[in-house]
Amino acid sequence: MAAAGFFYLFAVLAVASGAMVILAKNPVHAVLFLILAFFNAAGLFVLLDAEFLAMLLVIVYVGAVSVLFLFVVMMLDVDFAELKAGFIKNAKIGALVGGIVLAELVALFTYRGLTVAPSMQIASPVPAAGSGITNTQALGEILYTKYVYFFQGAGLILLVAMIGAIVLTLKHRKGVKRQSIAEQVSRNPKTALEVVKVPSGGFIIPPAAKRREAAE
Amino acid sequence: MTIGLGHYLTVAACLFTLGIFGIFLNRKNVIVILMSIELMLLAVNVNLVAFSHFNGDLVGQVFALFVLTVAAAESAIGLAIIVVYFRNRGSIAVEDINLMKG
Repeated sequence: MAAAGFFYLFAVLAVASGAMVILAKNPVHAVLFLILAFFNAAGLFVLLDAEFLAMLLVIVYVGAVSVLFLFVVMMLDVDFAELKAGFIKNAKIGALVGGIVLAELVALFTYRGLTVAPSMQIASPVPAAGSGITNTQALGEILYTKYVYFFQGAGLILLVAMIGAIVLTLKHRKGVKRQSIAEQVSRNPKTALEVVKVPSGGFIIPPAAKRREAAE
Repeated sequence: MTIGLGHYLTVAACLFTLGIFGIFLNRKNVIVILMSIELMLLAVNVNLVAFSHFNGDLVGQVFALFVLTVAAAESAIGLAIIVVYFRNRGSIAVEDINLMKG
């Protein structure tokens, strides 16, 4: 009975905060409701005995992705009120498409029923309740053996995302004096010292300085 | 009253529909569109974990883990693109994104 109560609590809160994500006027509020939705989904995962994924959801989404969203929303100076124009006009077609999708989904699984096919092969059975193997351990045992290549692939995806984000947002500003270690180390008396002949009463810009300016 | 697979699938279907609805509703705001996509991926994850639980098969949770990875990578790249776009054009309105004449 308590499980059913918790299910309805988490489910209602998840759907309600999901609705607030798309309806909130202020995008900061939308991000905060997104965090609430993820927390409640994590609660649903706990009810489904997927404790590891639940904690992962809290760490990855609430700890990283939502904070990233918050940073971007607060960093960009965007007039969000202007972006809200056409809300009602878009709502009609959105309600149409969303309603069709929801009706299709519900119709499909009420029509087909939800019984497991008896011939279905279980690839990696969940450990029995009394076996003392935790969800995390069971997950790790198949993730690092059977699915190790997929695991490596996931790591590669994250690496590509990291490099991509850095390459996209890194900005090399011109005219900033920076230390160049390679240049400093490769200095020798020939390149460091230059003897120029200065005409009396005049001035001269040494060729090395000119070159440096041109490089910038 | 026991909570069955159908209950979880209904919650996931509602969340997925909200994601689709959000994309239409906030057609001008890229950030909210990205958040709607996150909601849809969350709904998919709820489905995967629910099936994993009720079929007694851990593979669903492994797949949900990979979906989580891809979702995190996607939002990181998407937000980086938004930041660069804002720096170049001073706006993130979707209808202004026409540099490639698509």
